[in-house]
Amino acid sequence: MPKTLYDKLWDSHVVRTEADGTALIYIDRHLVHEVTSPQAFEGLRLAGRKPWRATSIVATADHNTPTDHWERGIDDPISREQVETLDANIRQFGALAYYPFRDPRQGIVHVIGPENGATLPGMTVVCGDSHTSTHGAFACLAHGIGTSEVEHVLATQCLLQKKSKNMLIRLEGVASPGVYAKDLILAVIGRIGTAGGTGYAIEFAGEAISALSMEGRMTVCNMAIEAGARAGMVAVDDKTIEYLRDKPFAPKGELWERALAYWRTLVSDADAHFDALVSLDASTIKPQVTWGTSPEMVTDIEGVVPDPSSFKDPVKREGAMRALAYMGLAPGTRIVDISIDQVFIGSCTNSRIEDLRAAAAVVKGRKKAASVKRVLVVPGSGQVKRQAEAEGLHRIFLEAGFEWREPGCSMCLAMNADRLEPGERCASTSNRNFEGRQGAGGRTHLVSPAMAAAAAIAGHFVDVREFVG
Amino acid sequence: MRPFTTHEGLVAPLDRANVDTDAIIPKQFLKSIKRTGFGPYLFDEWRYLDHGEPGMDCARRPKNPAFVLNQPRYEGATILLARENFGCGSSREHAPWALADYGFRALIAPSFADIFYNNCFKNGLLPIVLPAAAVDDLFRQVEATPGYRLVIDLPTQTVRRPDGLVLAFEIDAFRKECLLNGWDEIGLTLRHADEIRAFEARHREAYPWLFA
Repeated sequence: MPKTLYDKLWDSHVVRTEADGTALIYIDRHLVHEVTSPQAFEGLRLAGRKPWRATSIVATADHNTPTDHWERGIDDPISREQVETLDANIRQFGALAYYPFRDPRQGIVHVIGPENGATLPGMTVVCGDSHTSTHGAFACLAHGIGTSEVEHVLATQCLLQKKSKNMLIRLEGVASPGVYAKDLILAVIGRIGTAGGTGYAIEFAGEAISALSMEGRMTVCNMAIEAGARAGMVAVDDKTIEYLRDKPFAPKGELWERALAYWRTLVSDADAHFDALVSLDASTIKPQVTWGTSPEMVTDIEGVVPDPSSFKDPVKREGAMRALAYMGLAPGTRIVDISIDQVFIGSCTNSRIEDLRAAAAVVKGRKKAASVKRVLVVPGSGQVKRQAEAEGLHRIFLEAGFEWREPGCSMCLAMNADRLEPGERCASTSNRNFEGRQGAGGRTHLVSPAMAAAAAIAGHFVDVREFVG
Repeated sequence: MRPFTTHEGLVAPLDRANVDTDAIIPKQFLKSIKRTGFGPYLFDEWRYLDHGEPGMDCARRPKNPAFVLNQPRYEGATILLARENFGCGSSREHAPWALADYGFRALIAPSFADIFYNNCFKNGLLPIVLPAAAVDDLFRQVEATPGYRLVIDLPTQTVRRPDGLVLAFEIDAFRKECLLNGWDEIGLTLRHADEIRAFEARHREAYPWLFA
């Protein structure tokens, strides 16, 4: 029977199946960070258990870590305790690799996995973090889990799972210059909604997906969770393989050849059955900007803030009214007329080298608008930071009046000191515009790195196609 | 894990869709390395008028009188009635920890986000999916009837309304069994350790680079 990519990944990891279809699936890679792991390690200790296979673990501290003045350590004592708890847990239990605070290869867990070749096609990848879907860009079955499941994977190397349904999202056609992976995924979420993918594993395909770099595919898969799907994925092609060649944890020599032969099979069969099909024409997608407090509340740069009364569903209407009140926006306001206070370029969605290049291309030779209080550029990892500096991108940002920071999750979720003040409005390359996400009372508009950079220059949202056209 | 069999309790209605786990428990409380003590900070930004930080004495904080859980008629609620896509966003298990710590034993909504739904079962919290029309009816009844209570019976997979109407719900057989017995899933899985080891050996043979 023809199989989807997801079927193949699933079938190759089932250890056993219960009568009701609940399966025990084997986990190849366990990514660990400081926020969702302490209770899991504690549970392990209390039960007198050990990790089943410590060499499956790749760990880093990213959520709580500061992005400036690393020489001072971590000011917040509660954050510091959490980071030190991870240090101690890895010391006690071991790992394949640990990139602690201030390590040259430290960074956001979803950036460092792929860049070190710790994420490989055909793997099952889990992490106590919903954006684990990112790794699906490498034809992995990758998804977020809760802390009890982190403990379960540590103790058993397995996860109890029900198989999801298959959804295929095709992005046909060629995206215009100035339209990026972020715009594609925001447009998808605008179409299917934040619950549209619930219960599904999504495979992204089509000309516009094939045309994306691995960085772009990671951006798309990263936000599969914002469409409700735990896992997003893209089939293996030459780009996947070229990206992985010579990465530290990628196989070498004869093993590389053997892996390659297998990886080439990680595509959906021609007649494979999908339970749901969605198709979008990428050539018609314009730069996207969210206006509300859910990623599905999105329009394009030529659009306006909608009138809540235009929503037929009373729950959606109520949601839009509440969102506009929180966001301090009036219906009918043109997106290009919305002024911003801060800009954040970073996060596991958009902090890779290509994201920084796209932002720098817009910024080069220009200055931050005086009305914009702060522009944070936070590279995804130490490696991304050094690469950007080797290319001189940091100088472009600094000359424009932006801040060039150390890697970490930073103002995507504002667990460290980087945050919005109540009422401040931010153009952000992150993934969630929820109430309070970037700081209590803060107002988030999700955009691509180029759109964020253009907004920093103009002081309000502008059509980045005018900059790059 | 605390078992769940039957439960009768007061219902509180949270009438908004897409309630995300950032709203259920904001990020500053995720710095804790414990599993307990999150209840006072449940829905922190909606529940209090000031900004909450870990360690604050919540009894002394100004409460937002407009927030549903602060209304005296919902004091002691153990069943939360919610709208679609409840628990979306971050995978933080601190969200079900906070709901359970507050005193909730069951949640009813037309749909839940996947990861959150899964996390509930690990904590003796029963998420019940009912059709949107049935949830609409419940919202109307709860709001019109102070002291509105429901009886949840997991063995028969039913919710009984005060007017006697019985609503059936679906749940995976395996999850139901675990919840009814309060089983430790790790202990259950480790009973199959031999099978896991055998699988691992075959997996290593087929994909040796994963074990290099």
